[in-house]
Amino acid sequence: MAILEAKGLTVDIPTEDGTVHAVRNVSFSIRPGSLFGIAGESGSGKSVLTQAVMGLLPNADIGGEVWFEGRNLIGLPQEEMRRLRGGRIGMIFQDPLSSLHPFYTIGAQIAEVLHAHEKISPADARERVVEMLGKVGIPSPAERYDDYPHQFSGGMRQRVMIAMALILKPALIIADEPTTALDVTVQAQIVALLDAMRRDFGTTVILITHDLGLLSSVADDVMVMYAGHRLEYGRAADVFRAPAHPYTAGLLRSTPASYRPGTELAPVSGRPPSLLATPTGCIFAPRCAEALPRCSSEPPPLRRFSDDVESLCWLEDGASAARPAAAAAVAAKAIKPELVAEVEDVRLTYHVGSFFGPKRALDVLKGINLTIGRGETVGLVGESGCGKSTLARIVAGLVPATSGHVRVLGRDMSTLDARQWRDMRREVQLVFQDPFGSLNPRRRVGAIIGDPFRLHGLASGEERREKVRHLMERVGLNPEHYNRFPAEFSGGQRQRIGIARALALNPALIICDEPVSALDVSIQAQVLNLLRELQRDLGLTYLFISHDLSVVRHVCDRIAVMQGGRIVEMETAERLFADPQHDYTKTLLSASKTLPAFEEGGRRSLIETRVAS
Amino acid sequence: MIRFLTHRVGFGAGVLLVLSAFVFFLFFVAPGDPARMIAGDKATESQLQQIRKNLGVDRPIVVQYGAFMQKALSGDLGFSYRNQQPVAPIILRRIPVTLSLVLGGALLWLSIGVPIGIMSARHVGSLRDRLGQAFILIGLSFPTFVLGMMSLYLLYFLPKQAGFTLFPAGGYKALSSNPVIWAWHLALPWTTLALTMAAIYARLTRGQMLDVMGEDYIRTARAKGLTERRVVWKHGMRAALTPLVTQLGADIALLLGGVIVIEQVYGLQGVGALAVQAVANQDRPIIIGVVLLGGVFIVIANIVVDLLYVLLDPRVR
Repeated sequence: MAILEAKGLTVDIPTEDGTVHAVRNVSFSIRPGSLFGIAGESGSGKSVLTQAVMGLLPNADIGGEVWFEGRNLIGLPQEEMRRLRGGRIGMIFQDPLSSLHPFYTIGAQIAEVLHAHEKISPADARERVVEMLGKVGIPSPAERYDDYPHQFSGGMRQRVMIAMALILKPALIIADEPTTALDVTVQAQIVALLDAMRRDFGTTVILITHDLGLLSSVADDVMVMYAGHRLEYGRAADVFRAPAHPYTAGLLRSTPASYRPGTELAPVSGRPPSLLATPTGCIFAPRCAEALPRCSSEPPPLRRFSDDVESLCWLEDGASAARPAAAAAVAAKAIKPELVAEVEDVRLTYHVGSFFGPKRALDVLKGINLTIGRGETVGLVGESGCGKSTLARIVAGLVPATSGHVRVLGRDMSTLDARQWRDMRREVQLVFQDPFGSLNPRRRVGAIIGDPFRLHGLASGEERREKVRHLMERVGLNPEHYNRFPAEFSGGQRQRIGIARALALNPALIICDEPVSALDVSIQAQVLNLLRELQRDLGLTYLFISHDLSVVRHVCDRIAVMQGGRIVEMETAERLFADPQHDYTKTLLSASKTLPAFEEGGRRSLIETRVAS
Repeated sequence: MIRFLTHRVGFGAGVLLVLSAFVFFLFFVAPGDPARMIAGDKATESQLQQIRKNLGVDRPIVVQYGAFMQKALSGDLGFSYRNQQPVAPIILRRIPVTLSLVLGGALLWLSIGVPIGIMSARHVGSLRDRLGQAFILIGLSFPTFVLGMMSLYLLYFLPKQAGFTLFPAGGYKALSSNPVIWAWHLALPWTTLALTMAAIYARLTRGQMLDVMGEDYIRTARAKGLTERRVVWKHGMRAALTPLVTQLGADIALLLGGVIVIEQVYGLQGVGALAVQAVANQDRPIIIGVVLLGGVFIVIANIVVDLLYVLLDPRVR
């Protein structure tokens, strides 16, 4: 008996551009007490699906059936749906800061759930909330009851969200990317907490995430979604051991977590389709490496295999387990001993004051030493607040250090005058994290990439145009898109625009600040490979900042691990992974999930094919 | 906190000082001769000289300003050119009228504008939203005096013709003597003021609520199983409140400095009417007094709004 069963669920959302087919004909069933994983990239419909089911998308047009405790949730009256929400089905969202109301205390926000569903006195409610806060691991919960969300750390906030979702002991909890906004070590704690709570309370959990490593470690069953379609569905162990659908296989290959030294990532080429159109064939066909001629013209059938894994695909034997030829070994590169940047005992102290309190000093960087050689990629890894981005800004000369020296190409950044500083801008360039926020939406791509030439007066007119076109080609953009606006590009393409702009003046050092963190896994791999390819061809030097160890491992020669404003360990990438010395490095490494290796297929046989209706 | 207050009060005093100097010098360079205004066209030059001497306007401007400031600091704003009465009491007498008009009007415009804004935002794109938007457009584009004339015609003149008095045409009765009569007399001015201002608040509320209702914590509130009413009024409004309070503080302060058109239309002897008369008479001491009063209101309102801000948003505490 399933606790939640969806049959032919369809979600259409009317927008100004037309109807977005966010979820198309998705069926699944969830066993009581299990952890059901929904995997997919942004736009796959995984969040829309659950929110639509919960009645949180009032504008959506929802078809199909979703059965929960003997009732069909689709078309359930508002008032009944409201009683289910929070009472029988709890929800946890991605960003615990924005998901908690900033103006109410956390205690009051949790107690509100009790008051909404039960007759309970304020004193009793308080007692129950305090007890629950204790269970989810908030230290001294009675005192923290009256604190506001901003007074908690990210991990603690997510614990508050979990307490809020669990307080009425619901039968089902939907956790939508619960760890994505958190640091890697905190992620592990939150997942462990969710897992412990589900066993204590006997709650069923739906875990929605793009993180396949996370799913492979905790999920019982898993459903892989792409552009609103359920492409693969089955026991997590079977799916991750040998994915049946080429998309799942592609995702697993492109995840930096499944990195093997000396190889390139195998990205899924192309970009996700528009959800406005209805494809005639398989939705994934344009990006599929194993597509057959019929894939793009006929809708794929549902294949069921001997291990109950289901795949929406024309392939009868499932996806091939082999890595494509692109994953060839990368030749070792020569790093010249010449130094591009040298950071010597750099410290930075901010003076902060609160509204009522006195000013106090905040040490952000506590003595950093770092060298970057020509042609090298140095990684800076650490959790949020460790000072890695601040260090990058100091190296770029955008923020002056309180003490210490930064030398780029032998010149001390603190002694530059205005003109020298301008010249130095040619030598150090930045690529930022957010490809949406860091490009001016009202300027054309050609103008954005051409800016460095214009600002430094290096090229103009047709010559600049030509150089920009060349750069666009270099980073894999179509030069014909010269006159388009950033909004017309996808996240991965925008990051290419940012890279092209950084490349324009042939800088000595490019600082990449979380360049792939905002991108989907399959796109991440494309950008990471581009960065490596550019380095190989142009002899670039990178300072690469990331919170994600597996990403850093993939691109970096040496890695510096930062914690609390200090570099606690600095080692070549492979040595760091093979033999970490510092405790913090070990914690980071053990917290990041690795995927199980693929097994060669063959143990699986097709037992049923249902033709698409 | 104390540091903040002293800082803000000091800054406010600086603003008032600059303001007083600006107004003082502005009238010095402006055309027009107060002596001529007082004495009339037939006065001889020697008479004018004598009047100038009596008023003290024959001295250099800087000396005049110094003398003015010296007295102003002890609360003496000089004497009206027109009737030789002290300025401060003249202005203070007018304040209750304007205060009654503005505070009562504010209550009314909030209770009209905010619900319309919320309704518009909750049903965005629907007929209700379009009705709300139409209200906003009409309120913003109608000149105040037209609205005033219309309400006078509809609510005073037509009933009067039919033989009964629905509302009086204006005038002010003190609150202390009879609150009901006070409110009855102010009903038309309040309505007129509220209709124009409500449009601004409806627009502001609509925009704020549209932003807030898209926030993640509103989704959380719904996911908790709260009723939609509670989601909107407790979680939504609480977050949309801060900019509304900021705007309200600024508007009330501005209007307390004189609601010119409405006071004229309904014959209310408030600060605004006084300003109009003073300008017509070139009565500089009164004008300067009224301008400084407006400045005081704005400075105070800004301090109050900043303090409310801290009270409303736990994150800046």
